[in-house]
Amino acid sequence: MTILAKHAAYKTAYDMVRNMGIEPLSVRFDDVLSPTEGVLAGKKTILLGTNNYLGLTFDPACIEKSVEATKHQGTGTTGSRIANGSYDGHLRLEQELAKFYGRQHAMVFTTGYQANLGVLSTLVGRGDHLMLDADSHASIYDGSRLGMAEVIRFRHNNPDDLYKRLRRLEGVPGDKLIVVEGIYSMLGDTAPLKEIAHVKRETGAYLLVDEAHSLGVLGETGRGLAEQAGVEADVDFIVGTFSKSLGSVGGFCVSDNPDFDVMRIVSRPYMFTASLPPGVIASTLEALHQMQIRPELRANLMRNARRLHDGLTALGFETGPEANPIVAAVMPNQEIAVAFWKMLLDAGVYLNLAVPPATPTNNPLLRSSVSAAHTIQQIDTALEAFEHVGRQLGMLSADKRRVGAAS
Amino acid sequence: MRDDIASIFEQVLNRPVEITDDTDIVEDLGMDSLGVMNFVMAIEDFYDISIPLDRITQVQTVGDLIRAVEELRKGA
Repeated sequence: MTILAKHAAYKTAYDMVRNMGIEPLSVRFDDVLSPTEGVLAGKKTILLGTNNYLGLTFDPACIEKSVEATKHQGTGTTGSRIANGSYDGHLRLEQELAKFYGRQHAMVFTTGYQANLGVLSTLVGRGDHLMLDADSHASIYDGSRLGMAEVIRFRHNNPDDLYKRLRRLEGVPGDKLIVVEGIYSMLGDTAPLKEIAHVKRETGAYLLVDEAHSLGVLGETGRGLAEQAGVEADVDFIVGTFSKSLGSVGGFCVSDNPDFDVMRIVSRPYMFTASLPPGVIASTLEALHQMQIRPELRANLMRNARRLHDGLTALGFETGPEANPIVAAVMPNQEIAVAFWKMLLDAGVYLNLAVPPATPTNNPLLRSSVSAAHTIQQIDTALEAFEHVGRQLGMLSADKRRVGAAS
Repeated sequence: MRDDIASIFEQVLNRPVEITDDTDIVEDLGMDSLGVMNFVMAIEDFYDISIPLDRITQVQTVGDLIRAVEELRKGA
């Protein structure tokens, strides 16, 4: 018995997976060759689970800017902005983000996780009400616990359920903040943002949208779901990350709230952590630029997303409701999910194995994330591997195959 | 109220259940976290209340749940 014995149930579940001869948590890439290829156990493997939506991790301009900044300003800032001051890059990145979103204010955090912690714990406090979609990301749940607001969950993507809960709070003092995500990270479904914005207007609540998976992915200029749904004016706060479409690490929040900057002296996850290193800031600034001047990246991304989503659906797999860059195949149980994941890896395709409670239902998922940098051949190779393994594991019937091939 | 709660359990679990105030919702009824969430949402619909997350984490038995619902209904 050690102090960690309280987590025995998790250990038992993980040991069960390990007993099948695999360690999903210790996948080690010997090398990463490009946004879409890595070397695993000496073998070239297609990377289909990296959230590298625009494939900018190897962009020559981004790398060059990052190297230049590192050479000139060093490898790290070794402190927080409130104690050590900001570098020019931090301020320029905030200006560029504000400009990109057409907002007055922007604030950069050291990770996307900390952005949610820092913003949620600051916007609402004791006596306020935080309305969370039940399928919210862990960083949103954790952020809700860092503040003292009352937390109420509403049914996933259900504006009526949200409305009902806000109606119950009618006349109750305190600010109300609705939190939803642009694209949900497990099934790739989007929030019904038009309807949620309507509820927000009716009830006088504030609205925050986490565009972590939708920045650079949705909307005419890549500003995310709020742009695509045409409701940017209703969104009071947008939170996002640099670690997906922008290929680095870090988080941000943009807003037109006139008191925005007070967060810099009250948001603890912003104040009490080291700021992003110059090399990260520089590549992020360049990636933000590349994303805006190369809309074809988004077109390629969606082409690949549709090909994988429609291909898996045609094969007879149950997938998420929309063709977005996150494409998940629903697995019937943990044994099949683990075996499937391992066999895909052996076939040279790496993606994410997601098991409950991280998944929205009791089913495990094989979660892919598509990149603009994937070639059509890579997507087709992945589809062939899915078909082959699905057949070997008896998940695909011959009938479904014919239906798929005919459609 | 216990009868109403029992029938909500039965709807969510899709099988008959016998409960007392001491019934442990997770241990005795074999509910996982998703089941608990669906059950809580059904209770919220039935009584037209919202049970905040910190209150849910304090609920272990059916008796705890009955007290939480009663308090929230009084507060409304």
